[in-house]
Amino acid sequence: MKKPGPNLVFLLVLAGLAVLAPVAGWFGPYVLDILVGIAINLILAVSLNLINGYTGQFSLGHAGFMAVGAYGSAWLTLQAGTPAGVAGTAVFVGALLAGSLCAGLVGLAVGVPSLRLRGDYLAIVTLGFNEIIKGAVQNAEPLGAQRGLTGIGQYTGFFSAFAGAALAILVVHNLVQSTYGRGFLATHDDEIAAESSGLDTTRYKIVAFATGAFFAGLAGGLYAHFKQFIHPEAFGFMRSIDIVVMVILGGMGSMVGVCCAAVLLTVLPELLRALAGWEGLPDVLRDFVSNRMILYSVLLIILMIARPQGLLAFRAKKRVTP
Amino acid sequence: MHSRLLPALLGLALLAAPAAAQDVIKIGEFASMTGANASFGRQSHNGTQLAIDEINAAGGVLGRRLQLILEDDQSTAGQAATAVQKLIAQDKVVALLGEVASSKSLEGAPIAQRNKIPMISPASTNPKVTETGDYIFRVCFIDPFQGTVMAKYALSKGWKKIAVLTDVKQDYSVGLAEFFVKYYTANGGTIVRDQKYSSGDKEFRAQITSIKGAAPDAVFVPGYYGEVALIGKQARLLGLNVPLLGGDGWVGESLLPVAAGALDGSFFSAHFSTDDTRPAVQDFVRKYRAKYNSTPDDMAALGYDSAMILAEAIKRAGGTDSAKLRDAIAATKNHAGITGVITLDAQRNAAKSAVILTINQGGFKFQETVAP
Repeated sequence: MKKPGPNLVFLLVLAGLAVLAPVAGWFGPYVLDILVGIAINLILAVSLNLINGYTGQFSLGHAGFMAVGAYGSAWLTLQAGTPAGVAGTAVFVGALLAGSLCAGLVGLAVGVPSLRLRGDYLAIVTLGFNEIIKGAVQNAEPLGAQRGLTGIGQYTGFFSAFAGAALAILVVHNLVQSTYGRGFLATHDDEIAAESSGLDTTRYKIVAFATGAFFAGLAGGLYAHFKQFIHPEAFGFMRSIDIVVMVILGGMGSMVGVCCAAVLLTVLPELLRALAGWEGLPDVLRDFVSNRMILYSVLLIILMIARPQGLLAFRAKKRVTP
Repeated sequence: MHSRLLPALLGLALLAAPAAAQDVIKIGEFASMTGANASFGRQSHNGTQLAIDEINAAGGVLGRRLQLILEDDQSTAGQAATAVQKLIAQDKVVALLGEVASSKSLEGAPIAQRNKIPMISPASTNPKVTETGDYIFRVCFIDPFQGTVMAKYALSKGWKKIAVLTDVKQDYSVGLAEFFVKYYTANGGTIVRDQKYSSGDKEFRAQITSIKGAAPDAVFVPGYYGEVALIGKQARLLGLNVPLLGGDGWVGESLLPVAAGALDGSFFSAHFSTDDTRPAVQDFVRKYRAKYNSTPDDMAALGYDSAMILAEAIKRAGGTDSAKLRDAIAATKNHAGITGVITLDAQRNAAKSAVILTINQGGFKFQETVAP
């Protein structure tokens, strides 16, 4: 009773975002690009955390669901002729929702047959699915095939991106904290024990999978309408790995940790970019820093050695143990 | 949690923006310096840097030094847009050079167009790149052009009957074949067989046997090097001993070792050849070797040309006003580049010559230059 409920927090965050949205323009397009990137990665990481973290499955196909949402919603807004103004907003929201639903349904379709598999086997199946989606898009002429889909309207802005992120965090948080949601954690902790207490673990896995896929689709839709161009290569295996890294670095099943990791891993390459261009940098370091992706990888390795359990995994521990 | 990271980010970003100097013209370059396409990115950057250094050594443009600001897009989708945003918003560049890969250029182009910053792509061949808007240019020819060039070359050789073998899975191959057939048949040639295959195939004997039955003077195979090497080998085994013709997709490390001599006497079109005897080309090759200790390829030559065309346009525009600079780039005419004489057409594509290379004793030999 003392703490405000998550729903209230969500509404406050939305109001705060609405106030901040005009201010975000002051930062200029580059910082805005990074901010929207953060929001999209937040959605991806939080939704994958539901599958990989809380429920303990290992999905490597998150970018595939993202592709479904991106292509689905972009195709719809293109069909609608990318109108401006209020009509545009309505079309955008409708397309986002439709794209996310498509992704959720695909998640369901993939989840039902494949979730009998566990661990490495599930990882391989989801990885294969990711490649199938990519391959299908590469051969789909109405989606631009190998040339990519161009001319998408720029609808995504600071507000819509972070509202999406807030929604993803709210839904996953509420789902996991609910009485029903304890089943995800039980599935993660010990599947046999959960089964013998009468929990339908397959069902929990499917719910987690479909919900995660839905939000991955949302992230894809926001991405497509921000970058205005999507290409099958954007949704390959490496993109899935990027999201998995965020979840593992943040600490499987730790909401705050995963959010921190998503922010950190989005900002870090750009900070290194800024560092490499900094004039005060000693020349000895310049060569090293200018290879920023090497430095990025080194930092990632150091982080994983320093905190193999994830950035903030101790929090999750506290909460899970009764 | 953003509240603490954001000021830190902004602080660093501000520090990073170098103090605006009046005597410097800033040019942004975005390239894949790491990741899957890094070899393309590095070559084109080396070529670009060589051009910029040369211009600065000769006193710069309009008395001002050119400063090339390079941003890496990691060969990763989404990063090209971020890099371009940074170059435009943070570094305030007056023009952009990049990218080699069409999928990255298509990401950067809408941003450049929106900000009215002219952008020149060195090597993106997808026609859609320059269709983005009137601020987007390229210095390479587009795929359909190569088909026309090879058709011209075949006719000049007096080959009147040709068979076509297309990779139906590649837009590139289908585009080349379409324009080859169009030009060739309109100018008196006959297509005696039209056969197809798919990327990844290893067995082409059925198609080759059918082609052999038609007794063509040559076979047009606008595919990529992996399949082309096998096609060449199997054609010789089945006794089809006519020349094969192709496009720049033939250039690949494994072409010659796999073909093992089977492709000797075949011809393909490319952007540039180190054997080209023009003094400008030989000069470029020598300077590139001296600076980087490696041999320049098509990407390096195209990168060099893109920077030179931009510098020339800044000079003609008399400044860096974006509309004037755009018009000056669009007015580029008969620029004597390393990759040929370049004129930018109304669609902002380069109308220029291609070089024809032949394969001879395990090496590429420069054959001739074909004008558009």
